[in-house]
Amino acid sequence: MAKSDVKLIGAWASPFVMRPRIALNIKSVEYEFLEEILGSKSQLLLESNPVHKKIPVLIHGGKPICESLVIVEYIDEVWSPGPAILPSDPHDRALARFWAAYLDEKWFPAMRNIVTAKDEEARKALMDQVGEGLVLLEGAFSKCSKGKGFFGGDQIGYLDIAFGSFLGWLRALEKMNGVKLMDETKTPGLLKWADSFSSHPAVKDVFPETEKLVEFAKVLAKFKATLPK
Amino acid sequence: MGEVKLIGSYTSLFCTRVEWALKLKGVQYEYVEDDVFNKSPLLLQHNPVHKKVPVLVHDGRPIAESLVILQYIDETWSGNTLLPQDSYDRAMAHFWAKFADEKCVMGSFMAAWKDGEEKEKAIESAQESFAFLEKLIEGKKYFSGEDEIGYLDLALGWIPLCLDIVEEVGGMKLVDAEKFPSLLEWARNFAEIPLIKERFPPRDALANYFHKIVGLKRSKK
Repeated sequence: MAKSDVKLIGAWASPFVMRPRIALNIKSVEYEFLEEILGSKSQLLLESNPVHKKIPVLIHGGKPICESLVIVEYIDEVWSPGPAILPSDPHDRALARFWAAYLDEKWFPAMRNIVTAKDEEARKALMDQVGEGLVLLEGAFSKCSKGKGFFGGDQIGYLDIAFGSFLGWLRALEKMNGVKLMDETKTPGLLKWADSFSSHPAVKDVFPETEKLVEFAKVLAKFKATLPK
Repeated sequence: MGEVKLIGSYTSLFCTRVEWALKLKGVQYEYVEDDVFNKSPLLLQHNPVHKKVPVLVHDGRPIAESLVILQYIDETWSGNTLLPQDSYDRAMAHFWAKFADEKCVMGSFMAAWKDGEEKEKAIESAQESFAFLEKLIEGKKYFSGEDEIGYLDLALGWIPLCLDIVEEVGGMKLVDAEKFPSLLEWARNFAEIPLIKERFPPRDALANYFHKIVGLKRSKK
């Protein structure tokens, strides 16, 4: 399919945008990346995602699809044959979807809120939550990987994408707060997986550098300070 | 096809939607009622992460999160397909189910237990979300877009199941006949389907439950 038939509206720093990019890379699909600018939403974005007005939005043959995990499943289905993103077994699929939902609904919000925590006590509580979540995810990794290198087994899959897309920000947060949330004692499997994931051919070109995210976090904080409450 | 157990609660709209799916597929299952105010060891063992119902246990393996369970049921048991065939339509069904759970279900609950100006704002926000559903169902009998109900109808089935109770408990009207005629018509059609209607718990019991949790929420403020 021609490159112009597949467009992705997104931004380099967004973990949610990273997800469909990795999926498209896995399937070797060429696409046009339309970068949104912080502080303004393009007309195309507002028209393609009138409900949430958020990135990412995949536009395929003129039809928009929103919500990163919905987009990833869509990509997996539409571009097959091609390496499978979701596991083939229904129970493994359910497990992958369960953990992705946990990441989006519980784990990432705690991580994101660390930046805006009102005091040191609140910040510590959130960091503990993130750390406890990582221990749960270490268990999930043991179960899903079945001894292989990725949640998806030999190849990166749905849950690798869902979780791995947060690694850049996790590392930035660790750097900004001078802590190690993923470590050799509590999450050895995840530590190794994180390296494999970030250097994977389908991932490395869209994986944001920690330093750039740390800088961006400052820009984001300044921008948010200008917004009406 | 293996032993199927559903750990659920009559108080949970998330459980009812799973039961509807199992019934639609003709799956034989054992139902285990869990007391949401006194959770069983069985539940805690099978859903240690969230400690919530519903949990489907198939051949000893647990699956949690109601929309994940619905998709699992559709993928595991053939016949009466829940999700559309077309990938784009499937993506839309997932999108709207997630939207409705986040904005309409949570939106309605929040409007119910808030007061004063916060309540007004929450009502307005919830109604904006319901307006998307009204537009979606216009001109269609079911959200599935077919003559038979599907995934999205099951995901939204909480509207005829318990929205009016939440409105009553919250002292508010979210979905009125004037602004939401198509949505209410869909709700009536959906609720008339025998296998759907059969799973409606006694209204009093459900009302008592919502009064209790709204009371608890309010007392925590």
